[in-house]
Amino acid sequence: MEPTLAPTATPAAAPRPLFPFVLQLADASLILAHRLSEWCGHGPVLEQDLALANIALDLLGESRSYYQYAAELEGQGRTEDDLAYLRSAVEYRNPLLVEQPNGDFAHTIVRQFLFDNFHYHLLRALKDGPDAQLAAIAEKSVKEAAYHLKWSSEWVIRLGDGTDESRKRLDKAIAKLWRFGGELTTPTEAEKALQAAGLVPDYATLQPAMQAHAEHVFAEATVPLPTAVFPQLGGKTGRHSEHLGYLLSELQYMQRAYPGLTW
Amino acid sequence: MNQSEWPLWEVFIRSKQGLDHKHVGSLHAADATMAVQNARDVYTRRLEGVSIWVVESKHIHASNPDDSEAFFDPAADKVYRHPTFYEVPDSIKHM
Repeated sequence: MEPTLAPTATPAAAPRPLFPFVLQLADASLILAHRLSEWCGHGPVLEQDLALANIALDLLGESRSYYQYAAELEGQGRTEDDLAYLRSAVEYRNPLLVEQPNGDFAHTIVRQFLFDNFHYHLLRALKDGPDAQLAAIAEKSVKEAAYHLKWSSEWVIRLGDGTDESRKRLDKAIAKLWRFGGELTTPTEAEKALQAAGLVPDYATLQPAMQAHAEHVFAEATVPLPTAVFPQLGGKTGRHSEHLGYLLSELQYMQRAYPGLTW
Repeated sequence: MNQSEWPLWEVFIRSKQGLDHKHVGSLHAADATMAVQNARDVYTRRLEGVSIWVVESKHIHASNPDDSEAFFDPAADKVYRHPTFYEVPDSIKHM
């Protein structure tokens, strides 16, 4: 005879609908912030070492807002730290793009440009969205994102229309990373449901502005804009590359080695 | 001159309450747009300012310290150049 489980005293309340989406935003910003922090002290020049660290801090701060809100939406007593540091790789919902390694400066710039072009336009849409908390976070973050997009765009132009060496490196980075851009605007089943409910903007409405900006930047950079690149998907549904495991072993080390650590 | 180094730029920042741009330091950048962005990243992290000027260092011409005596000492004892001898009538309120 099969053992039966005793019924739990009170069934846990289901997380509110926006929870997976907010968690996704939080994970994306956290993982990208961590990647950028790896440049700290290793930047190609002093001013860019600072710029990369600044962007990392902006994204980390933004991820905190999302994690706090996500913990609230989940309603199971988990804190921002539990969500950020104590989940396993398969539970993270960041897109594949942000876990890609830094590579050289050109790789970092292309990764950043792909992220910023989407992130900025998404935040602009979210700040006018129906969820007040998400709108508030977006309103604050969109100013930072505007600067990040300006920064990464200017660097695409400098690298593309720079020296032979910079152009070669940019071309290599685009060939390697462009396939990860599509995941940002390809909704998962969970996202589609939220879009149908009007809680998350339809990514198709963001694409004209994103495309126009990319065309403008690449034209100035004298680089042809890649077309018809088959998108690599999976990160937003927990199917990550090898990279995330290594990244999390560094990111989570302190929390896992010293549980409940406080300063 | 080191040809592999980007040009040097002097950075001037006006603070939120200030009326004039003050010199805060210098940085290297390939062009003016980069120089302004770099200045924003390096010199305004703690809201030191709300307006940035950058000037390529080679465009700044300065007085020669060896000329200080001839340039500046003579002004030290010309009290008649200061507007302190006028008696402002009482009826003028906002002078």
